[in-house]
Amino acid sequence: MREISYSEAIREAMCEEMRRDPTVFLMGEDVGVFGGVWGVSHDMLAEFGEERVRDTPISEIAIIGAGLGAAMMGMRPIAEIMFGDFLMCAGDQIVNQVAKARFMSGGKAQVPLTIRVTTGAPGSAAAQHSQSPESWFMNIPGLKIVVPATPADAKGLLKTAIRGEDPVIFLEHKMLYGEVGPVPEDENFVVPFGQANIIREGKDVTIVGVSIMVKKALQAADVLAKEGIEAEVIDVRTLVPLDRETLIRSVAKTNHVIIAHEAHKRAGPGAEIAAMLAEDAVEYLDGPIVRVAAKNVPLPYSPVLENYVLPNVNDIVEAAKSFWPGKA
Amino acid sequence: MSKYSQDFLCEVYRRMYLIREFELRSIEERRRGLIPGFIHSCVGQEATAVGACLALNQEDVITSTHRGHGHLLAKGGEPKFMMAELAARSSGYCRGRGGSLHIADFDLGILGANGIVGGGIPAAVGAALAFSMRKEKRVALSFFGDGATNQGSFHEAANLAGLWKLPVVFFCENNLYGEGTPQSKQAPICDLANRSASYCFPGVIVDGNDPIAVYEVTREAVERARRGEGPTFIEGKTYRFRGHYEGDPQVYRLPGEMEEWLKKDPILTFRKRLLDEGETEEAIREIEQQVQQKLDEAVAFATSSPVPQLEDALSGVYADTHDGKVF
Repeated sequence: MREISYSEAIREAMCEEMRRDPTVFLMGEDVGVFGGVWGVSHDMLAEFGEERVRDTPISEIAIIGAGLGAAMMGMRPIAEIMFGDFLMCAGDQIVNQVAKARFMSGGKAQVPLTIRVTTGAPGSAAAQHSQSPESWFMNIPGLKIVVPATPADAKGLLKTAIRGEDPVIFLEHKMLYGEVGPVPEDENFVVPFGQANIIREGKDVTIVGVSIMVKKALQAADVLAKEGIEAEVIDVRTLVPLDRETLIRSVAKTNHVIIAHEAHKRAGPGAEIAAMLAEDAVEYLDGPIVRVAAKNVPLPYSPVLENYVLPNVNDIVEAAKSFWPGKA
Repeated sequence: MSKYSQDFLCEVYRRMYLIREFELRSIEERRRGLIPGFIHSCVGQEATAVGACLALNQEDVITSTHRGHGHLLAKGGEPKFMMAELAARSSGYCRGRGGSLHIADFDLGILGANGIVGGGIPAAVGAALAFSMRKEKRVALSFFGDGATNQGSFHEAANLAGLWKLPVVFFCENNLYGEGTPQSKQAPICDLANRSASYCFPGVIVDGNDPIAVYEVTREAVERARRGEGPTFIEGKTYRFRGHYEGDPQVYRLPGEMEEWLKKDPILTFRKRLLDEGETEEAIREIEQQVQQKLDEAVAFATSSPVPQLEDALSGVYADTHDGKVF
């Protein structure tokens, strides 16, 4: 299979959907002429024109609110918010309007709106450009939260988001844009929501990864294998809906679980996953549920401090080894 | 006024009277215990709702506010489904999930009341964007109050609509109070229509208690929008005769202010104008009687409707379910 980058995979998903469905359009800051500050929508303006690749003012409330209104009137907008941190500028629109429109209208409102946004620390971007906002929105019924970790999933999950009838927050990790991997060319290739992916099988410990931490979990699994610990690595793919069954089945097999994400540890996505496992899978566990996550401080600018705050491969390795203190 | 047919003028009165009486009836039913939630009544502000909505076609859309009953009724909302929603019944517009603040009827172009001040304005701009992209000659009209013009959502929505020349009408009902604080203590300007200058579209002030004047300025704004010339800001100066919400002690009212505005009661003044235009007292009474009958039916419908099934709370959050479960 041909290999393309995570960034190209996202672009390909948008272009294919815009070709097959005239109601799909992209709007956001610098998405047109600039091609997106991360380059994801490069040259899309040339193919689709400025009606469908719309540069907006720096105006997150208007981007999300206009996306909501257009979606309710039968369009399928892709609204890009440049940094996850900026979602809070549009907090009311996302939390009180977009998420609740269907339910509180008794099903009259349909909101097929995809909010594409970057997540994670790109390196020395400091506290307002590095956050992982996934769990801020997990507490809001009505939103779907999608966290692709591979180029293929980036394409397949984005197509599911665009074709679906519900609002989706689609979180693209900035440090995965350059990641290259096999991606199907079939334009009907989609990845359904709510199906976690067992990326590597193992019998000793389950590592549940979110976004970029899937990549780090795989690296940790290589290290652990050399030490005789066989890790099973699961990519959650979507946090809402969450594939409980796959996680529980894995924990039933390995009896140990680590949850790894780049969001802060306190009330991050891992808190929900851990609570779910404590409720539904505690009988399988031979040790504590361990979370590997960013420390509970704002992301610092200094590379030294930032590396200290962010979770890394070694943190996962050490967490896994802690289950067998006698070993090596 | 004489340029309008008697039928049209009677329709204006019928809609305004329906709104006034619906509000009074819902307040009464809330007191009696039929309605469990908030009511922010629009008594006194009937003329803006009716004048503006009469300038719209059915396929045009509105977004409304927490004080939205008038807008919904003026756009064609059915009193019985509204009353059933207020009464939290499964036969209500939102199946008892929304209540007063969230009533919507997409078939009538009602995209929803809103519990957040200024919250619905950006969606109206988005609806207008959809119309514009599809080259449809439809218009979105967003109702909001004076308080909403101090919210970022208004400014961002107005900026985008002005920039993209979208077919939107920004309709501000300036009732002089944002909740319990006078408008003069909330903004450094008192003519809010002036705000439109920053976004390069016209701002018009109208007597918000005169439904015909409101109709005329709105019709012009709607025609302008349909021609592709972009938004208009209309400020209807009006006054609410009841509290921000039912139960509001209204300690903030200026002495004598209410009395002055009651002289400009839109229902009473328009009723008198109708008589002056040659309508008979008998004909007006017949309209009033028909409205009262409709409201009797609405209350009876709400009262006799079932409350929602408990499992209804767990469905309809998403279009689909995940393995048949709420997620």
